[in-house]
Formats: sequence, structure tokens, C-alpha cells
Amino acid sequence: MAMTTTQDNQTFLELVRLYGDYAAAVDSAQWDKWVEFFADDCEYKIQPRENYERGFPLATLALLSKNMLKDRVYGIHETLYHDPYYQRHVVGLPIIREDNDGVIVSEANYAVFRTKLSGESTVFNVGRYLDRIKRDAGELKFISRLCIYDTEMIPNSIIYPI
Amino acid sequence: MANNPEVFQQAHVWENEGSSRIPFWAYTDEALYKKELDRLFYKGHWSYIGLEAEVPNPGDFKRTVIGERSVVMTRDMDGELNVVENVCAHRGMQFCRERHGNKKELVCPYHQWNYSLKGDLQGVPFRRGVKQDGKVNGGMPKEFKTEDHGLTKLKVATRGGVVFASFDHEVESFEDYLGPTILSYFDRLFNGRKLTILGYNRQRIPGNWKLMQENIKDPYHPGLLHTWFVTYGLWRADNKSELKMDEHFRHAAMISTRGTGGKKDDVTQGVTSFKENMEVLDKRLIDIVPEDWWNGPTAVMMTIFPSVIFQQQVNSVSTRHIQPNGYDSFDFIWTHFGFEDDTPEMTERRLIQANLFGPAGFVSADDGEVIELSQFGFEQKPSHRTLAELGGYECENTDHMVTETLIRGMYNYWRKVMEV
Repeated sequence: MAMTTTQDNQTFLELVRLYGDYAAAVDSAQWDKWVEFFADDCEYKIQPRENYERGFPLATLALLSKNMLKDRVYGIHETLYHDPYYQRHVVGLPIIREDNDGVIVSEANYAVFRTKLSGESTVFNVGRYLDRIKRDAGELKFISRLCIYDTEMIPNSIIYPI
Repeated sequence: MANNPEVFQQAHVWENEGSSRIPFWAYTDEALYKKELDRLFYKGHWSYIGLEAEVPNPGDFKRTVIGERSVVMTRDMDGELNVVENVCAHRGMQFCRERHGNKKELVCPYHQWNYSLKGDLQGVPFRRGVKQDGKVNGGMPKEFKTEDHGLTKLKVATRGGVVFASFDHEVESFEDYLGPTILSYFDRLFNGRKLTILGYNRQRIPGNWKLMQENIKDPYHPGLLHTWFVTYGLWRADNKSELKMDEHFRHAAMISTRGTGGKKDDVTQGVTSFKENMEVLDKRLIDIVPEDWWNGPTAVMMTIFPSVIFQQQVNSVSTRHIQPNGYDSFDFIWTHFGFEDDTPEMTERRLIQANLFGPAGFVSADDGEVIELSQFGFEQKPSHRTLAELGGYECENTDHMVTETLIRGMYNYWRKVMEV
């Protein structure tokens, strides 16, 4: 096993913090804050594992710019009718695949639990994040976040970002 | 008592004339649901299986269901399509568990009974017994014939790259089943061009399966529930539109041409979901480019009873397969597709517009939600009934969409077949 360098450790800790902050934002319905985790030029997809592995391009949600993320936030606030629910993320530790030229390629497992008002907490969506992240004035921003989920039979609907 | 009737009545009696008041128990009764499986899914009807493009090569297969019966669509070595039931003729095991793949034959792993891709039994291990110490032990009786023990084969129909099947070999032809009016809209969408698969979305909706048929036979709600539709004029009560059914009223097409959108007037007055100032930041979400094959309408939503919905909403096209799994739940499988002559830009456009649809769609996510909550309402007092009387009591084609005629039509047919 290769020795990790101080720089690797530093990146690892930064990613842990990023993943923690991201989960805290989407679990506390801070959708405007969610948008700010992304670079202006970005993509965010929630895609079933089947499509990802078979090379089908369709995603359950495919947002291809920061403006599209903002459009989604508007939809959540103003247009999408849904039964109210809480979501709670448990995110695994990051695996760093690459860290070159200011772009980090990393991934992590996640599990999202859903709790409807007066209901039990159930496993809602399980998968892994596939991320490309850039350093932007000292901050980490997602260029790309793919949520590739195993839970292909969605329990009715997905309203909030994963 | 009249104002507060019993909630759980023993006898299910359809109390009103016609089909405009649908009893809640039509959605909550287990025995009635089993009867629906028998009469609507397993007899006298065609059910959606998939697209030919899902099994392009010999040996390709796709597992799916009709009602609750698991079936496998195969393309055999002659290039022909077959649909067989996923139950081994020997001990009844559901032998195929992969959802798709490529095989030369179908083998049940339990005792290695193997079938051709057409469903014919080819061989049985130890059929002639096993030789031991000069004698033959066991084996199948000498009368045993492999020809008698194939998989259950379904009648198959393909048209325009779409595959339907029926357990009922006496069923009328697929073309007669759709009838000329609905067939013409079917042919408009599936006009012979090769289809390309863009991918799947799957959702389990905790409501009775008929609610999804009704959702797409209900042009009343889109302009109200779906802010997106009304604001961008994709679906408004004053859009030029037509509602058409087959002669039995079981299938329908909602045909609509996009209007102006964005202006406040009669149809948006008092509609709380209308957002005059709503504007998408990324215009690609509503970058609509008319296609030649539309021949006018910007949206045609087809409900093919009982199992499938064909969607054309501007540039987004999909099949939506209804797979019931109990009286109070169904799986809803979306297959988005394109056409082989699509430019990369058109493919990208279809994929971006797909954000409006499916389990997370700006428009469709709410449909699953309201179906779940309708089921809650039905469960709490099954002796009550819904009211589908917008536009009157009749089942008729219309040249507007301010009506629930298609829902009445479906229940007119349902009552006949179900003898309810």
C-alpha cells in the first residue's frame, strides 16, 4: 500500500468536510445553499444504475447547468406538489480516484432515508456519488455529481436533490 | 343514516346509472382486483411487452410482466419474437431472474429442463433413466413427450417496433383491438422508423393501477396540478384539443396543440398553480422543436387499456408500462426512446425534456403523489364514490378538454367486462 502524503490527507479531509456539508444542506432543505456547492458550469444527475451500466443516457433527473439547478429549486419551492417528507443522508468516506490539475475525481457510497410525517423511516435511495470537483478560490465546487442509485424501483417519487 | 352511511358495506353494488360515479371499492377490493387480472390482463386483451429495439439480436431477451404473471420476450435464432411465461413446465419455478440479456436457450436451473427461445421443451435430464449395475433406474414414463411440456406461449403482435402479447389465443387482432381511430395515433408515433432506447425509469406507486389510466384520461388536472404545463402553454384548458376513444371507450387519445402560455386570462384566472412570472433560467428545458411526424399536435397522450400509456409531449416520447402488484400498488416503468434518424441535438433535447417526466419529473412526480393520496381516500370509506361529471354524464369524443368523458368511457367498458 502506498504511503499517503500530507497533501493526500489534506484533500481527503477537505472532501469529508464537503460531503458532510452537502448532506447537511440537503437534509435541512437548504436548497439555495445546495446550488452553491456547484460550479457555474456543472452537471447533476440522478440516474438508475441500470441506465448507467448499460450505457443508456436517460437520467431520472439531469440538470446540466447551475441555472438548471436553480430551476429545480424553484420547482421544489413553487410548483411540485408532493406529500411532505424529511430526508436523511448517510454518506460513506470518500475514495479519491484522481487528483490532478486542480480537479479531484472521487466517489462515496450514500444511503438516503425518507420519513413521512407520522410515518416510519424507510430506505429511500441507496447508491454512490461519482464526483468531479474543482478547486475554486480555495473552495471545492462540484463540476459534476452523478448519483447512481441501486434503488431502481423508486418509492413513488423523488422531489428533493440527493 | 342517509347523510352518514355505513363505511364498510358487504355487498358491492354500483348504485348510480352510467359510469360517472365510481365506487371507492372499485379500487380497494382484493377479490375484484383478482377478477380484473383474469378478465382484463389474462383474457380478451392485448398487453404491452416492450420495444423490438430492446431485443435487437437473436438470443436477446427481456423479462417483463403481464398483470402479475412474469413473462419473457425473446428473439429466437430465426429472428422471430416470442413471449413465453416465466414458469418452468416441470416444477413451476420462475426460472428467469435476469431482467435482460442474451441466451441460446432457456434453462431452468432447478433440474436443468431446457427450452428453445420459442418455448419448446428440448430436453429433460435422466429422461431415459440412469444405468447402474446393468439396469436402468427411473426415467420419465415412456408416454412422456417433450412436445406436451413446453412453456406457456403467448400470442404476439408487433407493429411499428412495439410488441404486445396475450395469454388468450382467441383475442382479436391487435389492429382490431385498437380500432381505426386509436390505431391512427399509434401509427403516427410508431411510423416504422427504428427506435433507439434512451433508458428506463421505474417507480412503485402505492395506488390502484386504474388510477394511472385515469390520470392520462383526465385532461382536467394537467392545467391545474402541473404549473409547468399551464405556464408554458404545453397543456391548457384553452389549447386546441380533441379527445378520442375506440368504439368500446377503453382506449383513448388526448390530442393537444400548444397554445400561447404565459398570459393571464380565463383559464388561468384563479388557478393558484399559474405563475405568470415564472421563467426558466435554462431555456433548454423548453427548447421545443417541431418534428415533421407530429402533423400538428404538440402532444398526444394515448391510453391503451389496460397496460400501457404512450407519451408524446413535445419532443419527449416514452412508453409507460402499468404493472399491477396488488389492488393498492403498481409498478410504473418508463421507457424513453428516440428515433434512429435523430440528430445528436435532438437526442439531447429529448433527454433534457425528460426532466419534465418520470418519478422526479417537474410534471409527472406529482401524478404519483396524487394517486397515492387518492388511494388513502378510497381506503378510509370504500362505500363512497368518486365524481367524474365534468362535461356531463355521457361517453363521447369531444373537441375540447373540459371534460372527464374518457374516465366515464373507461368505466363504461369496465362495468361490461367485469359485470359490475
